[in-house]
Amino acid sequence: MNRALRGRAFVSYAVLSLLLAFALYPILVLLFNSVKTAADMALNPLGLPRSINVGNFVEAWRRGNFSRTVPNTLLLVVGSVGGILVLGGPAAYSMSKLDLPKSAVNALIVYLLVLQSLPIQLFLVPLFSFWLRLGLVNSFLGVSLIYVALGSPFSIFLMRSYFLQIPDDFRDAARVEGAGELGIFWRIMVPLTWPAFLTVALVNSMNVWNEFLIATVFLTKTEKFTVVTSYQAFTVRFGRDWTLTSAASVMMIFPIVVLFLALQRRFVQGLTQGGLKS
Amino acid sequence: MSRTRLVAWAFIVPILLLHFIVKISPSVSAVYYSMTEWSGIGPAEFIGLENFRHLLFEDRYFWQAFFHNWLWLAFTTFTFALALLGATLMAFISKASLTFRTLLFLPYILPSVVVAGIWRNLLNPDLGIGAQLASVGIPGLDVAFLGIPETSLAAVFFIDNWRWWVFIMLLLLAALQNISVELYESARVDGASAWQEFWHISLPGIRPTLMFLILMTSIWTFMVFDYVWLLTRGGPAGSSEVLNTLVMKHAFIRFDAGYATSIGLVLSLISSVFIVVFVVLRRRGWEI
Repeated sequence: MNRALRGRAFVSYAVLSLLLAFALYPILVLLFNSVKTAADMALNPLGLPRSINVGNFVEAWRRGNFSRTVPNTLLLVVGSVGGILVLGGPAAYSMSKLDLPKSAVNALIVYLLVLQSLPIQLFLVPLFSFWLRLGLVNSFLGVSLIYVALGSPFSIFLMRSYFLQIPDDFRDAARVEGAGELGIFWRIMVPLTWPAFLTVALVNSMNVWNEFLIATVFLTKTEKFTVVTSYQAFTVRFGRDWTLTSAASVMMIFPIVVLFLALQRRFVQGLTQGGLKS
Repeated sequence: MSRTRLVAWAFIVPILLLHFIVKISPSVSAVYYSMTEWSGIGPAEFIGLENFRHLLFEDRYFWQAFFHNWLWLAFTTFTFALALLGATLMAFISKASLTFRTLLFLPYILPSVVVAGIWRNLLNPDLGIGAQLASVGIPGLDVAFLGIPETSLAAVFFIDNWRWWVFIMLLLLAALQNISVELYESARVDGASAWQEFWHISLPGIRPTLMFLILMTSIWTFMVFDYVWLLTRGGPAGSSEVLNTLVMKHAFIRFDAGYATSIGLVLSLISSVFIVVFVVLRRRGWEI
């Protein structure tokens, strides 16, 4: 490497490290504050903790009602992701491999794109009144259905791009053996394209776990709160207590951060490609 | 219709039906509700275009929020500058770029409520970063940026951008990495400077991605909601109000759902204008 290039790499590392500090310092402060005592916090709100106080987590778990909100949110995650895979997967498969006219496939692609750019605020109010009449407000089924509708267009694009890469031979061979299309889909296509399904599951799980607007509007009863909406109510009540709110935040982001660090390539691919390059 | 074609449609119909119920039919009825006086529950009274007349000619708050969305869009210049800088530098380093990428991406995966909570604390004028800097002799930043009208919108944007810019950066980086290495190599043989390489090779190479991201950012800017709602609720005194927070206030606090729907419809019209402009420019042969 010549000198100019080495100099360039040095400047790059220096500036990127600054950007990294900008990205990570707030998260580190959150981590520090989650284990501080109230006294430590008052004297030293941004620095390293002087002692480790794990009691904050116990207290935040209890007051934040996590034993209720975690199962609630997991139920929504499972329901929504399951719905997206079970309803969206076959749709993506059909749009790439089954007997649809080319014009219909193109029309469906445009339709899904339009659907994806429809602002929630356009249909939020009529949807709320409709869901109210159907008894789907304050219902996990009702909210899951909304999440499936919101998450499926980009998920279909992502799964479709994988199905397109599978040669037709696999399907033809199975068909000769008399397998039905649904059987071919589940037993042959899904095992071949599972990375796409995993990516879709990861991205949508994260979106549902983090989601704020729909959860706030459609789940108003305390016993139906998700981790996010309950945290919001919690910070309004205990907002001045930074150690508690920080501990609650850390518990909330812990599963996503672990999943992300373990499977970051898949996450980044799903988040950056699925939504845009369709 | 042949049997195979029927099967093909059967695979698609369930999800289309769900889209119809959740998105399409409420969107279509929104067009009707925007012409009614309606509390959100119970019957709606048809009042023609009254909501839009009031919105366009009498509602100062609508125009204020509308202006703030445009201001937000102007602020995103900063996002793109930061993302371009980050992506260009990332392209220079090869070894550690995956680690940088992973760690820089962390803010993006956090829930909005947590990001809002972190920064509310960091920007606290008595205990946050500004206060700490003031205590070591750097005054001027111990200001309640979120709480004063002059800075509230910019402060909310800054916080949203903290998690957002890296998403733009990654997409630009992917585009940069698709540019042929040979172009850079021959430029280097000719003795091009880093700036010349950026201006004559990188920028033209990522132009389609850049233009697409500008389009998407324009649309997303008019959808901004979470951070404004969580951090300021549009205040103080409407200084950070955007169209979506206005929709929420009319719909679920003032129970003026007909009016809220008319704002929602205007919002959708704005995004369709962005899309149409983009498509027309592309048809005209602009390489975007």
